[in-house]
Amino acid sequence: MVSRDLVIVGGGPAGMAAAVSAYENGVKDILVLERDQYLGGILNQCVHTGFGLEYFKEILTGPEYAERFIEKVTRVPEIEVSLKSFVVHLAKDKTLTYIKPGKLETVRPKALIMATGCREKTREMVHIPGTRPAGIFSAGLAQKLINIEGLLPGKEVVIVGSGDIGLIMARRFTLEGAKVNAVVEIQKQSRGLLRNVVQCLEDFEIPLYFSHKIAKIYGKDRVEMVDIVKVDEQFNEVAGSQFRIACDTILVSVGLIPENELIEMAGVELDKNTNSPVSDEVNETSIPGIFVCGNSFKVYDLVDSVTKDSVIAGRIAAEYLRSLK
Amino acid sequence: MIKKITCIECPKGCSLAVDIENCKVVSVTGNECPKGEKHAKAEVENPMRILTTAVLAEGLAVKMVPARTDKPIPKSLLMEAMEAVKRIRVERPLGVGEVIAKDLLGTGADLVSTRRVEKTS
Repeated sequence: MVSRDLVIVGGGPAGMAAAVSAYENGVKDILVLERDQYLGGILNQCVHTGFGLEYFKEILTGPEYAERFIEKVTRVPEIEVSLKSFVVHLAKDKTLTYIKPGKLETVRPKALIMATGCREKTREMVHIPGTRPAGIFSAGLAQKLINIEGLLPGKEVVIVGSGDIGLIMARRFTLEGAKVNAVVEIQKQSRGLLRNVVQCLEDFEIPLYFSHKIAKIYGKDRVEMVDIVKVDEQFNEVAGSQFRIACDTILVSVGLIPENELIEMAGVELDKNTNSPVSDEVNETSIPGIFVCGNSFKVYDLVDSVTKDSVIAGRIAAEYLRSLK
Repeated sequence: MIKKITCIECPKGCSLAVDIENCKVVSVTGNECPKGEKHAKAEVENPMRILTTAVLAEGLAVKMVPARTDKPIPKSLLMEAMEAVKRIRVERPLGVGEVIAKDLLGTGADLVSTRRVEKTS
């Protein structure tokens, strides 16, 4: 089995910042495992601006922000990047098993940083009644289809939840020629940034319904329409407030959950509500030498905060490695 | 007349109070930085937006090339600009910031790549 000083799982903004920071703090044997075919993670599909103002004092798009770190990571020979490498098992002693095309590999690092990001909550997690036709996407999946694959998932859209990705996608669908009929938010205010309500909805006169929810989804093979209903302070449906909107597509943008199944497999204690590791110190876990950073530690609003958090993780992993000697 | 607008220059989203007389901005309050004042003026007199999108690639390592205008263009031209963007194909490798289309719709803004794009390997 191959031994390594430091393995980082995830080559998105968190993993790349942690790798650079660990290197700058003296770690000279680093392996980054990334499941996709390129570095950058979710930033690659975030083609809009709004990244980097805090960290770089510039307004960048997602791919531009990623490029800054891809350049740094690929310039350092001590940081090895293994792409198309998907970790399938993590043991308590930090032994990782991963698959890459044609191979099954194991590696045992002295320290491990998990930078696995988060995933989107689904329709099933918010309990929307109705049929189960085609045409229901999480907002981030729709973003990937449009910006990476060049496919438009639908023509008439209703968006559930006003998270930032949902708001950004309302604009993206509109620019691509689709019609966004409504954004429906159960809370009294937007979950996303105010600037996104302005530049993604108001700019295009897209209706936003606060204190409303989808009462039912209709459609046999494909989504055909939804019932929307007003809710009161206790989120109970208000009688007589129901109305119907035709659509062929529903986007779900109702929040993110840290992706921590691997460390759970290794026995790290997780908070059942947030799916974050239980820890006294930022980035640490209940198993010494396993660190978690970025959105897998805590879901951040800004990538700049992910970078800052991951720089700390890189530093404390380096300190931990020094303490072993 | 006082108009309330939300600044969109950065994720802070400052709430601006803009004093307007005869379609011109007299004063701006509520902004935490100079960008807010500039934004308020533009928003009242001629709203501008950076267009971000993705352009179809042919014969390259990616299917779509993410792109932006290198400076803001009039908000009223966003949809028309997208019509132009949809007719473009990127067929050669590009670096970040390289021009995909010059002077989009005569706005003076270039459409530039936001990602390094290589040939199919």
